[in-house]
Amino acid sequence: MGIQFRKDERFRENFSYVNSDAGVLRFPFPFGEDRYMYSVNIEPHIPGGPTPAFAHAFDIDEHYIAECQERAMVLADDPGRCQVLPHMMPAQWDTLELLMESLAADYPEHFSLDKDGDTWRWINRPLGIDQSFVFGRPETLPCAPFEYITRQAQGDFTLQDQRDDNLFVDGGMVTTQADWSLDFDIGMSFHEWHGPVPLAHETGVFDRALRFLLRLQYGHPVRRLNWTMTINPRLDTSPENYPDWGPDRTTVTPENVAEKVHLRVELQTLFRLPRSNAILFGIRCYLLSLKDIERVEKWRKRLHRVLTTLPPELAEYKGLTRYRDTIIAHLAPHDDGAELSPGIQPDQTVLPPA
Amino acid sequence: MILDGTLPARVAGIDSLSPTLKRFRFEPERGCFPTAAPGAHVLVTLRGPERVWKNAYSLVTPPEARDAYAIIVRRVEESRGGSHFLHDHLRPGDRVEIGTPASLFPIASLARRHVLIGGGIGLTPFLSFLPVLRERGAAFELHQYCTDAETETFGRLLAEAGGAVTIHGSTSRRSVAEILADQPLGTHVYTCGPERLMAAVEAAALDLGWPSHSIHKESFGGAEGGKPFSVRLARSGRSIAVSDTQSLLEALEAAGIEAPCLCRGGACGVCLTGVIDGEVEHRDHVLTEAERADGKLIATCVSRARSDALVLDL
Repeated sequence: MGIQFRKDERFRENFSYVNSDAGVLRFPFPFGEDRYMYSVNIEPHIPGGPTPAFAHAFDIDEHYIAECQERAMVLADDPGRCQVLPHMMPAQWDTLELLMESLAADYPEHFSLDKDGDTWRWINRPLGIDQSFVFGRPETLPCAPFEYITRQAQGDFTLQDQRDDNLFVDGGMVTTQADWSLDFDIGMSFHEWHGPVPLAHETGVFDRALRFLLRLQYGHPVRRLNWTMTINPRLDTSPENYPDWGPDRTTVTPENVAEKVHLRVELQTLFRLPRSNAILFGIRCYLLSLKDIERVEKWRKRLHRVLTTLPPELAEYKGLTRYRDTIIAHLAPHDDGAELSPGIQPDQTVLPPA
Repeated sequence: MILDGTLPARVAGIDSLSPTLKRFRFEPERGCFPTAAPGAHVLVTLRGPERVWKNAYSLVTPPEARDAYAIIVRRVEESRGGSHFLHDHLRPGDRVEIGTPASLFPIASLARRHVLIGGGIGLTPFLSFLPVLRERGAAFELHQYCTDAETETFGRLLAEAGGAVTIHGSTSRRSVAEILADQPLGTHVYTCGPERLMAAVEAAALDLGWPSHSIHKESFGGAEGGKPFSVRLARSGRSIAVSDTQSLLEALEAAGIEAPCLCRGGACGVCLTGVIDGEVEHRDHVLTEAERADGKLIATCVSRARSDALVLDL
């Protein structure tokens, strides 16, 4: 059975965004323990694990069509959200091949790929696309190969070139980001673009992560979860349009906190690409309202504990300072302090009514 | 593409290129092979009647060759045995297991020009470079050093590469330094072959003031395997042998021990295990210099024993 895609969602203005019960239960909740601190929490990206979001190389869910439409709107306003430096053309084709082959293999009811030598035919049923093109010949596609395929995928992507024992962010499609700018960061080295992150540099997290990623092997991608919070189900929280969403942080009240505050989780995946030796970094964004989180007993108690013990520098960096206490006050009455199972899985298969 | 385990394949063809060189073509048992990087190598598992070999060979086929991979192997008299087995016993139709193609020898994305210098059978990774460089319209030249007896053999392999190729037999050859002295800024040099040749290329380039990052030497993954050793587990008293092609973690897992691990690449620190006795060869990226010197911890996923045996707190 195919995925039932929601067609009328909006991630801006008069927001319209709903998760089905299955959508709530498959949410990749990021807290496996009652306290949170940065670590090199990288694990092999192999199918399976505590959430169905880990089941495939690239996760597609009920928000697929709406997210692709949102991406098209962002790009129409600001084409600079997709940029790739000229030496990354082999990496563009690597990305197209990886995404098309993965989606066609993992979701055959929605995507197909047929090859006759270099002539490929790509069918994307949810978006109504049927495209024949010649692999390696950009002029046979409506736009450059990286933009072409990432317009048809959920989540942001960046391309890291590897040279001089470092990684450089030399391309990306970035429209669903947690307050960072590709236009600003493009061309930066690993430590440059991670510069703003607090506390982690001192503990050597980035030195270790870079050394590990320089040795990332083809066919053995890795993943990690990262998180922040977003007011309203807004995907495009970019520095470029800060005036549109920054003020939302001042609108959280005890009455609306459960509807307005969303836990924003990034399923980050890293793939070594073959022709280019570049790394494709997938940043797949999931939003879940506090109201929906509360329907999972383990998650609401754990979120309460994590927020209570979160170091202030992290709360500030993630932009939670203004409304963290409002969330804690909302969750506190529903946390009895009972011991919770380790890991991120919800520990229940049905939800109470919303 | 997420790959798990080895790629089951069959020998589809064997060509004799010279008295000591054979090309082996492998086809997948089902579907197609993953796209291999230019310069990729694979670990080929060979199951002989008495022992198993796992040998690394460069693929000589380009990334687009998904229906078959090929390797070229020289029959070495003083080998661990793998090349004898390939040359003397492997037949078309035989099954082999091929590992995921790995690349430690990529084409530099920002090089203005590429100079490839091969020595003998060290030519092999460049055979997958050439079609890629041609397709990208890159500026390149290839120099192959070999004995006079083999100039024809290598000449045939390089016939398609055209004018950018020079074969240097043993009686008349340009020196590596001469070749490199003549290159424009932004050139990268790649070398694969006998250690002496690779050292000469590196020394000549550094002498000429080339940045070290524009010098590339093919080296097969040092972190995978090494000298065999044994470990004794202090808590259970069990002894486990770690073979030359196994990591300590793999040996523990093969013995049914649930050893902690996460990244399997020496970065996360989850697998760090206490060392009670023995000397560790550290290959991880987690421990500090002081911790290494102390020798009380080992990252089981990548590190090995320098001594014949280790005693672990497991």
